[in-house]
Amino acid sequence: MTTLASPKNGSRRRPLSRPFNWRRATALTLLALAVAVSILPFYWVLRTALSTNGSLAANSANLLPADFNLGAFKRVFGLQSASEAIAEGGSGASINFWQYLWNSLLFSGITTACAVFFSSMAAYAFSRLRWKGRDAVFSLFLATMLVPPIFTALPNFLLIKNLGLLNSMLGLVLPYLFMTPFAIFFMRQFFLNMSREVEEAAMLDGAKHWRIFFQIIMPNAAAPIATLALLTFMGQWNEYFWPLLVGTSEESRVLTVGLGVFKSQSPQGAPDWSGLMAATLVSATPVLILFAIFGKRIVNSIGFNGTK
Amino acid sequence: MTTITKQPDPELSSVRAPRKSRKRGKPADGFRGIGDLKVALFFIAPAMLGLILFYLVPTIRGIYLSFTEYSILGDPEWIGTRNYERIAKDPLFWNALGVTSEYVVINIVLQTTLALGLAILMHRVAKSTLVRGALLMPYLMANVIAALLWFWMLDYQIGIINQIIEWTGLPRVAFFGSEQWAIPTQALINTWRHMGYTALLIFAGLQAIPNSVYEAASIDGSKAMSTFWRITLPLLRPVLVLVLVVTVIGSFQVFDTVAVTTAGGPVNATRVLQFYIYQRAFNEQDFGYGSALAVILFLILAIVAFIQMKFLRGNQSDLD
Repeated sequence: MTTLASPKNGSRRRPLSRPFNWRRATALTLLALAVAVSILPFYWVLRTALSTNGSLAANSANLLPADFNLGAFKRVFGLQSASEAIAEGGSGASINFWQYLWNSLLFSGITTACAVFFSSMAAYAFSRLRWKGRDAVFSLFLATMLVPPIFTALPNFLLIKNLGLLNSMLGLVLPYLFMTPFAIFFMRQFFLNMSREVEEAAMLDGAKHWRIFFQIIMPNAAAPIATLALLTFMGQWNEYFWPLLVGTSEESRVLTVGLGVFKSQSPQGAPDWSGLMAATLVSATPVLILFAIFGKRIVNSIGFNGTK
Repeated sequence: MTTITKQPDPELSSVRAPRKSRKRGKPADGFRGIGDLKVALFFIAPAMLGLILFYLVPTIRGIYLSFTEYSILGDPEWIGTRNYERIAKDPLFWNALGVTSEYVVINIVLQTTLALGLAILMHRVAKSTLVRGALLMPYLMANVIAALLWFWMLDYQIGIINQIIEWTGLPRVAFFGSEQWAIPTQALINTWRHMGYTALLIFAGLQAIPNSVYEAASIDGSKAMSTFWRITLPLLRPVLVLVLVVTVIGSFQVFDTVAVTTAGGPVNATRVLQFYIYQRAFNEQDFGYGSALAVILFLILAIVAFIQMKFLRGNQSDLD
């Protein structure tokens, strides 16, 4: 720690001709170790998913797939007959991953599109419009960030139940549809920093607020909207608690919940590890694809506090 | 619909009082009268609907339910503070509070120190987006995925980690199966998932400290260690407080990884607060009791956040 904590220019005092910088080497090694710890488990999941259950025990430390086989992926997508699945260490119970995948896409897609749009609208009112009580109402929205989800989940579950929307996509998406406090906060920061000039010019031309919002504000905020949509989508994709309460039927189950079911279906004694890891990998794939495409945007959004 | 969109009115009128005093001086925010109120109502209507339906009303309803006996069937029956009295004498509640606190403490210590170390490393030797991206990967995965991944890697029989432990000559560890290890294991999974994210938050804070500060310290002859303790750390305070608040509040609500792996066991070792609330409300259909537990969790979080912001002055920066 001592060696690492020194400020940047602390090392400048040392002779430049020093052949090997131990501090730097130690720092890089530690960093490489952290990267390895973060990334290697993903390889292990892939390696297990490509293995055959029966060979895992005998080759538990083999770095390559034990008895390479695509059966686990077939099992996940229901391409194996029950007897085949049981022979390969699966439970034989049918599991409809395509359905879960589709439900997850719908759930995340619908909530992201609506929440980002409605939150942007509200953020516009909280930043570009001037009205009495604006800051008080905004504080109220911000305060809801402090309410733990479990606290509102119980009454929300009752509401959805009373509306007869349990086990329906509408019931799943409804609480997330109108806004998220973070999205409002996020968009407001960008709107506050936008130049007023174009807007005022349009105003003089007699443009109405909704036209300014759609034709000037939104197009100019395309970049932050994209970032927000990405973050929201990934958050929704990973959501577990609410879908666990509301989407328990086969038709309304999302991937995260489906994974839990897959795990609990494992036969006693020897779990279907390769099947479970294949399912895990499939569930992670959409986020991995998004990360591969928009990695830089996502990484740079971390630490955003509205001042940058 | 109409009743709902009218709701913001009391909110608006409540702030009318201070406006009077403002009127005498210059108009606050540089505007007079109601301004764009009508347009604003149109723009915030959907968000307001969501706020009322899924945040405000449930909050009130949740507090109300905590004073009732309610088993989904039938109507809630008012029983005063009896739920809270039962909680005070409920050994499972105190157990849940205990194991959750243990989880929170391990997380704070492990996660914050590791993340701080990583952030400093990145700041000094590798600012590349690739490294940051790699460290962020676990955070982008669902809790469920992180849980299953480690459930496999830490398996007692054929998990790779126990294989490695055995090579070093140590005995195998029943990470999920022993009461002693169950909570530390859950905390380790969470630390794995959040370490990089937290490091990135702190890294952003480090980037914001201007180089001139370090240069001044170096001219004054400050040693590496003392620069870290007396300059870097104090200037990082707002970021560190934010990280602490987020970590503590998030950790208190641990659920996903527990639900997927140990489901509260072995015995009660991982019956954390939120999992206990879930069991009481949804498995035992005791919504009143579950709501009372949720109110207590809410209060704990509010107190923790308040203390952290108040005493660590997280909302003020020394970087001016």
